[in-house]
Order: sequence, then structure tokens, then C-alpha cells
Amino acid sequence: MNLCVLTAHVPDTASVIKVGAAGNRIDETGLKWVISPYDEYAMEEALKLKEARGGTVTYITYGPARAEAGLRECLARGGDAAVHVKGGEATFGDALAVARVLAAAVRKTGTFDLILVGVKGVGSDNGLVGAMVAELLDIPHVAGVTKLEVGEGSLTAHREIEGGAEVVTAPLPCCITAQKGLNEPRYPSLKGIMAAKKIPIQALSVADLGLDEGTLAGAEAGCRWRALSLPPAKSGGTIIPGEEDPAGAARQLATLLREQAKAI
Amino acid sequence: MACILTFVEQRDGKVRKGSLEALSEAKRLATAAGWDVCAVLVGSGIEGEATALGSYGASAVYVVDEERFARYSAEGYAAAVRAAVERCQPEALFLSATALGRDLSGRLAARLLVGCIPDVTALKLADGKLEAVRPVYSGKALATVEPGGAKPVVFTLRPNVFAAEVVGGTARIEKLPAIPADIRAVVREIVATGGGELDVAEADIIVSGGRGLKGPENFALIKALADALGGAVGASRAAVDAGWIDHAHQVGQTGKVVSPSLYVACGISGAIQHLAGMSSSKIIVAINKDPEAPIFKVADYGIVGDLFQVLPALTEEIKKLKS
Repeated sequence: MNLCVLTAHVPDTASVIKVGAAGNRIDETGLKWVISPYDEYAMEEALKLKEARGGTVTYITYGPARAEAGLRECLARGGDAAVHVKGGEATFGDALAVARVLAAAVRKTGTFDLILVGVKGVGSDNGLVGAMVAELLDIPHVAGVTKLEVGEGSLTAHREIEGGAEVVTAPLPCCITAQKGLNEPRYPSLKGIMAAKKIPIQALSVADLGLDEGTLAGAEAGCRWRALSLPPAKSGGTIIPGEEDPAGAARQLATLLREQAKAI
Repeated sequence: MACILTFVEQRDGKVRKGSLEALSEAKRLATAAGWDVCAVLVGSGIEGEATALGSYGASAVYVVDEERFARYSAEGYAAAVRAAVERCQPEALFLSATALGRDLSGRLAARLLVGCIPDVTALKLADGKLEAVRPVYSGKALATVEPGGAKPVVFTLRPNVFAAEVVGGTARIEKLPAIPADIRAVVREIVATGGGELDVAEADIIVSGGRGLKGPENFALIKALADALGGAVGASRAAVDAGWIDHAHQVGQTGKVVSPSLYVACGISGAIQHLAGMSSSKIIVAINKDPEAPIFKVADYGIVGDLFQVLPALTEEIKKLKS
């Protein structure tokens, strides 16, 4: 079973976000970069499938030079090959452009039974790339998967919806996007880290895929981030001490919520 | 005339509130710009729901009413909406950013090779160009996003942010002919979790519990207050990772990003990932024993105290006020 995991390298979720000098991107100074948390569930599921069924796990990422460190981290947990499509600054945040590059990279890299990706990349928060890549490759997809069983030539997946889950069946090849709850991602072992260093990472440019990043970010762009700002800071909340008289504090709060905030 | 097409989502034959919000926002923008508003409704046995969409501002409703669209499929619904797009050639396509809307928007945008701007919280239409604001980095920043050239640009609108508004009016109903669609990913059944309770992504009021609850049984206190307020139960990552409650309830960076009118955080210290997921709520209330907890910095109201004493008292007060 040939498995392909699409990963993104993103700022750690504990990062404080600041606006960069360009005004439409974050300030990357001092940020710690990690594998996008939902991609970890995709990766874990691929590694489990490989262990159970044999085959290969190939990682593909599209990003600047620093994204290579993310691929090394992926390989340290297991897997056989990694492809780094270099670029992505100009197309950042545009899910269609990213999906077009990734779909082309998948096509160039091999034939896969299953493509796995996180339900969303933390940062751009689009949550679109899996469905888009599937459409561009003309394969079915199931998004937000919390449970997966892969059989011969088909899969059954639970997909999270409001207040429940859809049970979906689809033939392979297929693409799934991984939601929290799918599995518990493993930590890399020291042996894995050492072994990962020996696996060459194949570097590609967007041009190698027959695409032009300038056109993807320009004439054919799906969207562009024009400006980035921080949400207005809150201050001056009414904080009631409630250690001595919890019932009195509760009464005061209920009254404020009704009469001042008009929230009840 | 230029037009905005809104995809109207139904579940079990009932139109969902988020879609009416999206349709109303389309109407507000279109009215100011002299544009037209159309809607597309997809399902089985749902034709009767189309008429009411006129009162929310749709001048035409395209109906795809076929047995095999009774349940959602990204491939089937994308084919159906595409037929409506070809019929009215819209400038933009609006969907509510529900589980279905978010999923369908990606498949559809890739099929049409157009941009998709998801989960928007504000929209502007000036000089014939739509522009959106959306929370990114889980709400730690706001991006102003402009579409590329290809049309229709797809927008998904975050539920509970835009007002649904009856403006009166009558829609022309047009049933679309049978849609050819190759549906490979098929929904076999829908399993309900948590006994059909309100989902945090859709709730207008959320009461969330965190590590301060000390154990899964104490979520009963959260549930009691949520019930009194008519809201949904949320949770911090700490409570979910401890196995006290299902991930579907998690609010924050690796859970759901929410914008209810009232968010009550109980026993949640306010890690940056949690704050990112709820700080765009209209009114935030914090109940925590630690006066230094970061949650108080974003709170409009708060009580420093023991939640095991404060919560039952607050639940009683709310019940009294509501009776």
C-alpha cells in the first residue's frame, strides 16, 4: 500500500503572533516551527497502515528552505521518502495555488493508494487543501476523519459533523484529511532520528512541476492576503471577588449579564 | 445583472440557520451595490423549503431535488451547485462555514478553478470587488483577503457572525434538470454523538470547562449552567486530553474556533491556544480561582472564586432570572 502524506511546517501553536514588516505576513523572528498538528494525525495513520499492510510512506511538503527541517522530523517517526517543493512565500494563504502545486507534486512523485493530510494547516487555517488536491487528481476524499478502516480497494471513514459523524465509504485511491481523535501520534525515537538522516530529501522547484509560481500568485491566484492585523486587545473587564461570598458574586454576575451586557 | 449565489444547506429537509445568515449577508451587500441575489438548494423532497428563501432576499432559487442528494456528498453537491453556477453566472458564491460548507467549498473551488476564502467574519463590496476579513492563526491575527480574478469567488461565512434578516420578497423557483454526478465517496449512515446536543460550532452561548473541574463527573456543573442558559458545552484542550470529554467539544487552536454572543470559561486558565479559539466571542465571562489566570485579561466579566461553589449558585440565579 503506497501512502502519501502532505505536510506543512507552521509556527508552534504556543507562538505569539506579530505582524511583519510587509504588513501582510507574520513576523517570523524568533518563531519555533513545527509539523502542523493535524498533519501529525495524518502521518501517524499512514505509519500505522504501513506497519499493518506493508508498502511505503512518502512525505511531500511545499514551503521555503526551513520546511526541510519539518520533513526530517516526519522521517524521524518513520517513512521512506520525502519531497520538498521549494517556494510558497508568494502563494501563502491561497489554498488553490497550494493545492495545484501539491497535486502536481503527487503526480510527479508516484502512484498512491491513499493521500493523507491534516484537516487544516495551522496558520492559514484554510482547511481546503485535501478536498482541492483530491478534486485536481480526480479522486474522492473524506474530510475531518476521526476513524479509518482501509480494506481491499476501499475505505470506511467516520467524518466529524456538527453533533455527530458521517460514516463514509470510498474506493481507493482516495484522500482523507485527519481530525484530532483519529489516533495518538508517536514521538520520534533516537534510532528513527539517526535513520532519517540517511534518507535523501528530493528537492523540486515549482517550475519542475510545469507550473509558474508567479502566475499562480498573480494572474491565476485564488486569493491574496492584502493585510494582516491583530485583533483589538480587551481591557477593563469587571472582575468580582467571589472567595468569601460565592453566592453573592454569582448573583451580581447574573444581574450584570442581564442588565449591562444584555447577554441573557 | 451581477449576482451573488448562496448555497442553502439543509439537514433532514430543514434549512440551517447559517445558510440564512449567509443569504442575508449576500442580500445586504448586493442591495448596496445594485446586484442580484440567487440561492441554490440541494436535497431530496426539499422543494417546499425554497419559497421561504424569497423572504430572506433571494430573487431566484435553483432547486436540485433528487433522491441521491438526500445525503451530502462532496462530489454530488459540487456537481449540483456547479449547475446553478452555470445557470446564473455569479460573481461570488456564499456558503455557511459548517462542516458541510467547508468541505463542499474546497471541492467546488478546485472544480471551478476559482479562489476560496474560508471562514470569513466580515465582508465588503466596493467598486464591484468583494473583500473579506478572516481570523487566521486560530484568531491570533486577522487577514484581509482579496480574491483573484477567476469567478465566482467562493466564500464561507462563519456561523453566528452575520445576522439572518427577513426582508420580504418572493423568489422565482426554478427546478434544475437531473444532474450527472459520479459519487464515489458515499455517506452510508449518520451516527449521533452526545445525544443530539447543540454543537459548539453552532451555539450562540457556550459554557466551557477546563482542568479546574478536576474530573469528568464535574462536567455536570457545566452542563447544568449551559442548559439554564440554553447553550452548548465546550471544553479546553486539557479537559479533552485528560479524556474527560469528547474532542468534538474542544474550543481552541486544535479544536473549534468559535464566536458566540456569550462564552463562559470555567476552570480554564487561558492558554494562548484556547484564547485564540474564543477571544472573538462578543461577551466573555471567566470563573477561576486564580486571579492571575490569563483568561481574566480577555474577560468582560469574571468571578475569582471556587467554581464548585460559584457554578451551582450562578445556575440558580440564571434560572431565577429566566423564570
